[in-house]
Amino acid sequence: MSERTILHCEMDCFYASVEMLHHPELEGKPLAVVGDPDARHGIVLTANYKAKKTGVKTGMALWQAKQLCPEIAFLPPRMDLYLRFSGMAREIYSEYTNQIEPYGIDEAWLDVTDSSIIKGDGIGIAGDISKRIRYELGITVSIGVSWNKIYAKLGSDYNKPDAITWFHRGNYKDIIWRLPLSDLLYVGRQTSRKLYKLGIYTIGQLAQMDEKILESHLGKMGLVLWTFANGYDEDPVCAEGYEAPIKSIGNSTTTPRDLETDTDVWIILTALSESVSARLRKHGFKCNVVEIWIRDIHLNSITRQIHISQPTNITDEIVNTAFQLFRKHYQWEQPIRSLGVRASSLVMEDVPVQLDLFENQAKREKMEKLDCAVDEIRRRFGYFSIQRAVMYQDKILSHLDAGKHKVHPHSYFHG
Amino acid sequence: MNKVYIDVVAKFSKDGCLLPISFTWEDGRKYTIDRVMKIERCASRKAGGAGIMYTCMVQGQESHLFFEMDKWFLERKVI
Repeated sequence: MSERTILHCEMDCFYASVEMLHHPELEGKPLAVVGDPDARHGIVLTANYKAKKTGVKTGMALWQAKQLCPEIAFLPPRMDLYLRFSGMAREIYSEYTNQIEPYGIDEAWLDVTDSSIIKGDGIGIAGDISKRIRYELGITVSIGVSWNKIYAKLGSDYNKPDAITWFHRGNYKDIIWRLPLSDLLYVGRQTSRKLYKLGIYTIGQLAQMDEKILESHLGKMGLVLWTFANGYDEDPVCAEGYEAPIKSIGNSTTTPRDLETDTDVWIILTALSESVSARLRKHGFKCNVVEIWIRDIHLNSITRQIHISQPTNITDEIVNTAFQLFRKHYQWEQPIRSLGVRASSLVMEDVPVQLDLFENQAKREKMEKLDCAVDEIRRRFGYFSIQRAVMYQDKILSHLDAGKHKVHPHSYFHG
Repeated sequence: MNKVYIDVVAKFSKDGCLLPISFTWEDGRKYTIDRVMKIERCASRKAGGAGIMYTCMVQGQESHLFFEMDKWFLERKVI
């Protein structure tokens, strides 16, 4: 089999670039797209290169960014606009291959192996795509070309912005192997620390390590990383439209103000559970495990989960389980900043279950019908057209449209 | 702002093509499009936006009409 040609395209400073295009008056000035400070999401989401040069980074608080770069312009995010641009980029990609695997809103892998006869080699296609994105979308893209997805991604990160990097058999050892370990996908702080202890600081050192030693220290992941580092990864680029099987459904939020009482927590857990259970129903699932995530004002977080007796997608049951978990595991030493609810160990909703002798099955069925009715009302008249009474206790807290979901990159491992 | 939204009279042909016929500039003057030379997707850095760009001949001069989502705009020429 001949070698694959894989492209990894990443749009440079995506949100900031789209905003720069739409604000010609800010040309040449530092700017950042930032979350809403009033809703306490006041962090930098993306900064443009001008701002990055002064040290502004994604995730930074607004006051920090302002300190580093006093003349920086802050803009609120316009998700619909970014989705439109992401879609337009996808359309361009689809003229070169049908194997397009998006990784978040601004990145995608393209397998162009079979297109080379008509469209030219990898570098040629990368050049075409880069030119077209600049002309048609008015933003720039960085592209990595290689024979596997991991090296292609390293390529798009290696040279930025508006660049094309080709890692082939002749140059990968000289370039990739000298890169620091942390540049590799799935090597975060924890993994780096473990590998440093083994005397591994570069991708090359990782590649040349005995895989058995890596496995004994890092488990299965050790082998995976060793494969990544050596360029042995054969993971295919998924065909367009592929959706990874859902393993869990969750939702979390940073609340508009700190939570200080059980009622506050109940309101937020209700909003989150409503979203989670509605999505369970939409996809035809029930869950066996409910998990909560709590982060206090000092950003310490804990996760706790419980296995429930009967699979469920009933909102009330999920809220109650989540709240019981919360009461059991949180002693209110600190006010809370963020909360999350997740449903996992999913089963199809029509799997036969053993009925519980002491459970009121008729009531459960009624609750299921009630949830379906609420879903239908919300579908027709909007999310806030019907609310639980508890939501009226604190309108600011409860005004969290849990029906809207954010875009997160899928895991590299499909399911 | 160099982005000028304009009123456009356009025609949908039976094969799904959308072609502008005339437009009204911000001073109220009406212009007829003599010929559409090129239709392509393009970004406008001057006006700030991206959409389908119609390169048209209007009174012997080339001009670029942009169709962005559901609105038409022209770039204001800054002298």
